[in-house]
Amino acid sequence: MIETTDLTRRYGALTAVDGISFRVEPGEVLGFLGPNGAGKSTTMRMLAGFIAPTSGTARICGHDVERDPLAAKRCLGYLPEGAPSYGEMSVRGFLGFIADLRGLEGNTRRLRLDYVIERLQLGQVLEQSIETLSKGFRRRVGLAQAVVHDPPVLILDEPTDGLDPNQKHEVRGLIADMARDKLIVVSTHILEEVGAVCTRAIIIARGRIVADDTPQGLAARSRYHDAVSFALDDIGAVDGIRDSLAALPGVVAVEVQERERRLTALPREPGPALLAAVTDWAAQQRVTLRDLRLESGRLDDVFRSITA
Amino acid sequence: MRTVAILFRRELASYFATPLAYVFILIFLVLAAAFTFYLGSFYERGQADLAPFFNFHPWLYLFLIPAISMRLWAEERKSGSIELLMTQPLTLAQAVVAKFLAAWAFAGLALALTFPIWITVNWLGSPDNGAIIAGYVGSLLMAGGFLAIGSCMSALTRNQVIAFISAVVVCFAFLLAGFPLVLDAFRGWAPGVVVDAIAQLSFLTHFEALSKGVLDLRDLLYFGLTITFFLIATAIVLDVRKSQ
Repeated sequence: MIETTDLTRRYGALTAVDGISFRVEPGEVLGFLGPNGAGKSTTMRMLAGFIAPTSGTARICGHDVERDPLAAKRCLGYLPEGAPSYGEMSVRGFLGFIADLRGLEGNTRRLRLDYVIERLQLGQVLEQSIETLSKGFRRRVGLAQAVVHDPPVLILDEPTDGLDPNQKHEVRGLIADMARDKLIVVSTHILEEVGAVCTRAIIIARGRIVADDTPQGLAARSRYHDAVSFALDDIGAVDGIRDSLAALPGVVAVEVQERERRLTALPREPGPALLAAVTDWAAQQRVTLRDLRLESGRLDDVFRSITA
Repeated sequence: MRTVAILFRRELASYFATPLAYVFILIFLVLAAAFTFYLGSFYERGQADLAPFFNFHPWLYLFLIPAISMRLWAEERKSGSIELLMTQPLTLAQAVVAKFLAAWAFAGLALALTFPIWITVNWLGSPDNGAIIAGYVGSLLMAGGFLAIGSCMSALTRNQVIAFISAVVVCFAFLLAGFPLVLDAFRGWAPGVVVDAIAQLSFLTHFEALSKGVLDLRDLLYFGLTITFFLIATAIVLDVRKSQ
């Protein structure tokens, strides 16, 4: 369990994190979103015990990060932003070092190391020094050190940054696997990731929480929520079609993307009613609808509208 | 204790993971020998002792010890690995002590590798080996003092060059604290007690007694306290600046 109360961090006159309070339970995967510089990393660093809050408290598994930092850190696996490590060490040496610091011994140590090496596919680079590895491998080494002691709470600062799509898929799979019995906090600015792995999302802007909702709930705030979109064979007659569509009572506006020959009708009220209205209209007007879609909402649109 | 041992092992191994360790030891041995035989006139003096050897250690350390200490914390801060380290279940004190001990052990190893000169002097004559051991102890303690200062300077910056230069300057001030160069800067305005106290801080005075074979408790205590003071200062500096 993670619980923060009025967590605040100031750097001189700048308030990086401004009174953040939230509570996360095991089984949740919390996505931490926000523009660069919004306070995501500062918040995570306070949770991980790397920097002290100016005021307010944070508890990890019931342990206050300031009063009982060692107990809090023991419950925690943390991947710092950029996945720093000791470049001159070999992957095997580095993971062994972390396992030792985490107090793993004997058979448990061997089994856990084997597990993370296998799970993050590090077998082929075990003897290489970390500084010679690609960005993707380094990120995976960072993830491996965060989970080697099987912690109940995981805090991952941009875990998929710099990975290729296959590796991203792998890491998301790993997060989803671990999510069953753990509490995971992931920061990201890749919005598709939120829908893919998170059960809940908190959006931070200028050090404050501006939204705290499920990914579906956030998407529903989009003006594209329950919008109907379709493509046309011929964009030539688009003006007439757009005006006719916009005249429907359930439609508040129509957007046209010329390159994709796509029209999007934004609903006046949420609900699936617009889809039926648009299909009826198309039959009447003899317009052929290609690739008809009922949109669930666009996170990037919500993100922009609440953080800009 | 276990945590300190784990950190110590990693740190010490990291010296040998790069050519740094070998280059350092080689340069240290070559310079120590060159100073002893050429500047110290080891043979010409015709005395079976290691005074010409130990006399140059303060000056050798002045530049070589900051070369070891500069990376202690500056590198961790620059690469960001300090964030990884300090979010493991360990205390700042454990990290500061373990890193210092590893650097000290490394300096000790370089010092121990000067043993051929001890064999040489025993082969040429019959020196007072007790005095030589006291000289080695004194030299090791002085290296520790320099390293502790260097550790503190390294914690102050992310830049290893700045860490090196500031460590050299502070070490130089400590080395010469008993000499007019430093004392004159204080005589004009500071009360006599302060000037006397500063004069007592000189590495050189404390080391000279030890290198002559006099194991005085006060000299041992002096180096012990200097090391402790600068390690505490390192921890305080890190606590304030580690995330910047």
